[in-house]
Amino acid sequence: MMNYIWVGLVVIATVVGGFTGTMEAVMNNIVDFAQTAVDICLGLIGIMTFFCGLMNVMEKAGLCEKLGNLIAPVMRKLFPEVPSDHPAQSAMALYFAANILGIGNAATPFGLKAMQELQTLNPTKGIATNAQCMLMAISTTSITLIPVTAIGLRAAVQTEGAAEIIAPVIIATTISTIVGVTCTIIFEKLPRWKWENIIEKEIAAGTLEINENYIGDKPIVLPEGYKSVNDKNNTVAF
Amino acid sequence: MTAFLEQVSIWSIPVLVACVSLYAIIKKVPVYTAFTQGAKDGFSTAVMIIPYLTAMLCAIGMFRACGAMDFICDLLAPLTNLIGLPGSVLPMGIMRSFSGGAAEGLMSDILATYGTQSLEGRIASVALGSTETTFYVVAVYFGSVGVSNTRHSIAAGLLGDLASLIAAAVIVNVMWF
Repeated sequence: MMNYIWVGLVVIATVVGGFTGTMEAVMNNIVDFAQTAVDICLGLIGIMTFFCGLMNVMEKAGLCEKLGNLIAPVMRKLFPEVPSDHPAQSAMALYFAANILGIGNAATPFGLKAMQELQTLNPTKGIATNAQCMLMAISTTSITLIPVTAIGLRAAVQTEGAAEIIAPVIIATTISTIVGVTCTIIFEKLPRWKWENIIEKEIAAGTLEINENYIGDKPIVLPEGYKSVNDKNNTVAF
Repeated sequence: MTAFLEQVSIWSIPVLVACVSLYAIIKKVPVYTAFTQGAKDGFSTAVMIIPYLTAMLCAIGMFRACGAMDFICDLLAPLTNLIGLPGSVLPMGIMRSFSGGAAEGLMSDILATYGTQSLEGRIASVALGSTETTFYVVAVYFGSVGVSNTRHSIAAGLLGDLASLIAAAVIVNVMWF
């Protein structure tokens, strides 16, 4: 999916840019955005390091476990494949809590940690599990109570009524999260996206890669004589 | 109210840090050591994201500059009018799924042009506040663990974005206009 989107964006931009005479702007944006991407990541190092440290303190103090227990009933419904005592549960609980509080970028390290924990439950290297897709559905549709950025941008233009959007935002984000979660529950059962179907297809094509760090109890058993086409050490393409 | 909410945003992190540290030391956790140990992971995670983010942002940058975005919006305008969504908000609505920074730029533009309490300004604000940048989130999070087959994540995320844009238009129209 990402392959097609990427090629689509790049090719359309170049063709349209050629016809409309905006090629110079297209060219400049490649350089500018490459720089922006690195700037964002470098800017993330500091806050990331800080919150990974704080997260470790919380974990050692047993706070993650407590928080996890608190929202466990909801989590069990949304992530049936994740054992309730797995570290992914507490990482996700913290991530959702940070999101609800609206501390924006500060939530990212928790989210990345949650994703890494979920990866230990992924028998494959490169195929997203149902749980990982559900985590993404909740993050991409946002569950914030305070739209800090939107209020900030409004206040920059006019202070009066800057926060009047909070109530509508809470309603709209609830609707979008419900739609995202519902779509995820439906989509994961569709033949096109069903986990078992994708595994079968990848085994047939010889592209399946087993996750060596998998710690679950249902590893994928490769058929006898299975030959991977990726035997030379391939880097993961996104 | 705004002042109060701003205070909530300002206070939440320091209070969290203080409470956690205090609780941990009472629980006899070596707070400082635990902190520095965990902090080591932060660096590698942040650096690991660079290739994914560069790939995505450059493609979006090219797409934005070529003018194709405006063309799509003109094409969709008759549809959006049905739910009371002005065509001028659409570029922001679409960009919202691709780039948070770009969407924020477009929203600032709308706010300055139409005013914060206009139909356009309010819909843009609600839509921006109620969802996350789908492509960015998916690229960063799946990128950090090396997952390349994201299955239905993009589709579900985009439908969520669409729902939030429609909801924003409907709610704002019902509440104020």
